[in-house]
Amino acid sequence: MNLIVNGSEVEIVSPPLTPLLHVLRDELDITGPKAGCQQGGCGTCTVLIDGEPRRSCLTAVAAVDGASITTIEGVGQAEELSAVQAAFYKHYAAQCGFCTPGMVLAATALIERKGGPVERDEVLEALGGHYCRCTGYVKIIDAVMAASRGEVDSVDDLPVPEPGQPEVLPKGSPA
Amino acid sequence: MRATALMIQRMTLDVLFPASADEAATLYGDGEGITVFAGGTIILPEIAAGRLVPERALMLHKSGLDEIRTDGDRVLIGAMVTVAALAEGDDPFLAGAASQVADGEIRRNATVGGNICSPPGDDAQRGDLGGALIALGARVRSTGAGGERTEPVEDFLAGDRAGRLVLELEYDGFERRTGAHSLRRRHAHSYAIAGAVACSRADGSDLRVAVTGVGPTAVRCRSVEQSRDPADVLKDVQPVDDAVATAAYRTAVLPTVVREALDHLEHA
Ligand SMILES: Cc1cc2nc3c(=O)[nH]c(=O)nc-3n(C[C@H](O)[C@H](O)[C@H](O)COP(=O)(O)OP(=O)(O)OC[C@H]3O[C@@H](n4cnc5c(N)ncnc54)[C@H](O)[C@@H]3O)c2cc1C
Ligand code: FES
Ligand code: FES
Repeated sequence: MNLIVNGSEVEIVSPPLTPLLHVLRDELDITGPKAGCQQGGCGTCTVLIDGEPRRSCLTAVAAVDGASITTIEGVGQAEELSAVQAAFYKHYAAQCGFCTPGMVLAATALIERKGGPVERDEVLEALGGHYCRCTGYVKIIDAVMAASRGEVDSVDDLPVPEPGQPEVLPKGSPA
Repeated sequence: MRATALMIQRMTLDVLFPASADEAATLYGDGEGITVFAGGTIILPEIAAGRLVPERALMLHKSGLDEIRTDGDRVLIGAMVTVAALAEGDDPFLAGAASQVADGEIRRNATVGGNICSPPGDDAQRGDLGGALIALGARVRSTGAGGERTEPVEDFLAGDRAGRLVLELEYDGFERRTGAHSLRRRHAHSYAIAGAVACSRADGSDLRVAVTGVGPTAVRCRSVEQSRDPADVLKDVQPVDDAVATAAYRTAVLPTVVREALDHLEHA
């Protein structure tokens, strides 16, 4: 079996009924997708399969042989966040971060599909299967809507601390 | 490779990948010692956790059963058509029922065959599409011991589904009035507490009513079809307790849910 993971073709040796989640985490050491409930109920394992968000814990690797997989590692870099990631940062939409990989991927697919600003209801529909135990969701919804409106283009929009200086919190910080 | 993969490798001896419906039927035979693997949304977590150890697994995703076709007036839905495809499909009644199942991500894996074959879960009833299919008068084509047969969805659900491989569903496409109502929490993971669906011909004749979510499978409600009295639904089904709701609550609300569905149909 083969997969194209974040643009690179890899050969898979795990047995056919291995959940894609475990192929990514255990065989390929790609640990962005988190192993949460492992029964479809939480959404933190969500990855993009040929561009569509699906639960990697519910997907047998043999069923997606040859497919293109995008994990959070394929979406942005620490130095170069994607629009959705930058919006999550700016809006305090991540706390412990456990739900974040799934949230960001599902939101990215939603915005891509819509191709423009998304409504609150569309965010609720798209992220309805994703649990967050920290943020209370409001900031996540705000972040996704802001990203869809193109409000946060890159991490360059955010204040950068001077070397040796304490980090400057963005405006509107609750801290 | 770590523990999970090794465990699965040890456990499942044989995974079969039929390349056509005929090959799937031949490999399935009488179903003895073989586990059907469709979308995996129910079965994969069971296998991964070691609660289910299939001797031989029949993976259907390459068997060509994933098409929605029409043949004259009949609409044929392959067992491997995803719930997402139904939700985006041409039939607004089926699309409405499908878009209530789980969430969009799960619906891309979940199949219609898996939906009507899934056993009831420990904490919730499953198989929400059964109701809509019964109301449409759909039939199931399956194979297994004794060969192929086609029967109404309500008979299939009421019978012993183990030992059958579902190949296709079919229903007659004619102009219908439809109504549906379900009671659920607004959350992707919350199964319906109770749901009712109804279809009739455009002139209101041939009423068909079914309920879902209140017992192990969807059930056709013949008493309601005859009397058109929502209260009669309790002659057709006996609601059960689970983690989603108590039997007493379901018994109390079910006639109202049925009335709502019939009202929708009336005003459709
Ligand atoms: C978080 C979550 C929420 C859910 N919410 C809902 C909901 O709201 N409503 C609902 O109805 N369901 C819900 N489900 C259950 C499930 O996703 C659906 O019922 C789905 O349609 C099952 O299809 P599958 O292809 O994934 O089945 P699989 O997991 O592949 O199989 C399920 C069972 O059916 C058998 N089977 C599958 N296909 C066939 C076939 N063609 N012939 C014979 N046997 C077969 C398998 O052997 C297995 O026993 C939910 C699941 C999860 C994880
Ligand atoms: S780990 Fe897959 S949904 Fe929770
Ligand atoms: S940030 Fe902790 S679960 Fe969402």
